[in-house]
Amino acid sequence: MDSLTEYFQSYLTALETYNVVGALWVNIQLTFWSALCSLVLGTVLALMRISPVPSFRWAGTAYVNIFRNTPLTIIMVFCILVAIFQLQLNLSSDFNFNFFLWAIVGLSVYHAAFVCESIRSGVNTVPLGQAEAARAIGLSFLPAARLVILPQAFRGAVAPLGNTLIALTKNTTVATVASVPEAAGLMKTMIEFRPDVIMAIFATFALGFVIIVIPIGLVTTWLSNKLAVAR
Amino acid sequence: MASSSAAAGSSPRSNQPLVLLKDVNKHFGPLHVLQNINLEVTKGEVVVVIGPSGSGKSTLCRAINRLETIDDGEILIDGKKLPAEGKELANLRADVGMVFQSFNLFAHKSIVENVTLGPLKVKKMKNGAAKELAMSLLARVGVANQADKLPAQLSGGQQQRVAIARALAMKPKVMLFDEPTSALDPEMINEVLDTMVQLAKEGMTMIVVTHEMGFARKAADRVIFMADGQIVEQATPEEFFTNPKSDRAKDFLGKILNH
Repeated sequence: MDSLTEYFQSYLTALETYNVVGALWVNIQLTFWSALCSLVLGTVLALMRISPVPSFRWAGTAYVNIFRNTPLTIIMVFCILVAIFQLQLNLSSDFNFNFFLWAIVGLSVYHAAFVCESIRSGVNTVPLGQAEAARAIGLSFLPAARLVILPQAFRGAVAPLGNTLIALTKNTTVATVASVPEAAGLMKTMIEFRPDVIMAIFATFALGFVIIVIPIGLVTTWLSNKLAVAR
Repeated sequence: MASSSAAAGSSPRSNQPLVLLKDVNKHFGPLHVLQNINLEVTKGEVVVVIGPSGSGKSTLCRAINRLETIDDGEILIDGKKLPAEGKELANLRADVGMVFQSFNLFAHKSIVENVTLGPLKVKKMKNGAAKELAMSLLARVGVANQADKLPAQLSGGQQQRVAIARALAMKPKVMLFDEPTSALDPEMINEVLDTMVQLAKEGMTMIVVTHEMGFARKAADRVIFMADGQIVEQATPEEFFTNPKSDRAKDFLGKILNH
């Protein structure tokens, strides 16, 4: 019993020394901005993949196949080593914020491929007749997509988009290779300096992510039922 | 209102056909679904296309709106050749109303929004005017009291009448009906046919693909019989139903009328 109390005491001192919640907050910020950017980029890609122009379709397909099949770590390292150090492409003059922004770029271009495919799966839930009816009243491709196809496709894509969002949330830990001070990086530091409570440290971060991710799953399940298009 | 949409658009021209198909051919792979189709439809004419399944009648109907591309030949609407793609085609499609077998109402939009979408976004009509137009058309097809519901909340017959109103809202020069009653429960067929007969009486130019021989007799100016991708026979309904010339037509009518 004593040793357990002792273990708990040392765990508490570890928590006092290191700001776990602050690090997780960085992950949430990364998630938010990357989700937003990848949603926009993914929607554009999905539009390209369903467009009547063959070269757009080809480009969209090429993008998805390249980025979906490249490990995120490699994309992230590329952003840092090539974009920042080699090409000196700085998105911000602030040294740390620059890394943060490039991490968002890396996460966004990678997850946009998955968002694109989620939206496309949503497009597949929309019967062909909807597009034909839109064309028949004189809407051209973009207005038909914006007014008729995408609103229904997004409703059908809530669940797969939720899955992508969950994957993104956990993948933000890869930003640690871009020197962003987020949870995975902090965990590594804590394990290095406080190996006495290593189990508790693992458990803390695991629990942290579970707490962040569970609501996403609940909300997307609820939304996908609520928004389902009655046919 | 009633006559305005029927007479919409085309100025009275010297006997120029409103819809003209010249040597139209189309293949689905090895299948030659439209074989040298020549067809003229004059303004105000009601043409009913009948024939066995797979005869190419739906494809013909869809080709006039370029929902199906054609391999060669020409299709002219009111003297204008169907453009390949893009803005011009969209404009031309707005002149050709289309009613589908499966209604295809926009599932996420209310009944009135289904009807106003085209006028608002294609014709750039003002909100109030579009709503007013939509409500008058919905009243005309008898579903004005359902205006705020979603399509899935309506019966098939009601949905199809909304689809007719949606097409009419664009003030089309010609209306295409692609088997408009084939997906309906029997007791709902008449409400849709009545709406179509009404439309025909008002002078709308109509091309109707259907299996409803009663409608053909009642409303058609001309019956076109298609088989195997060809127009086999065309005549007035009276003549076609009482005195069909071709063996294919005799065979077809024998199969459907002997009940």
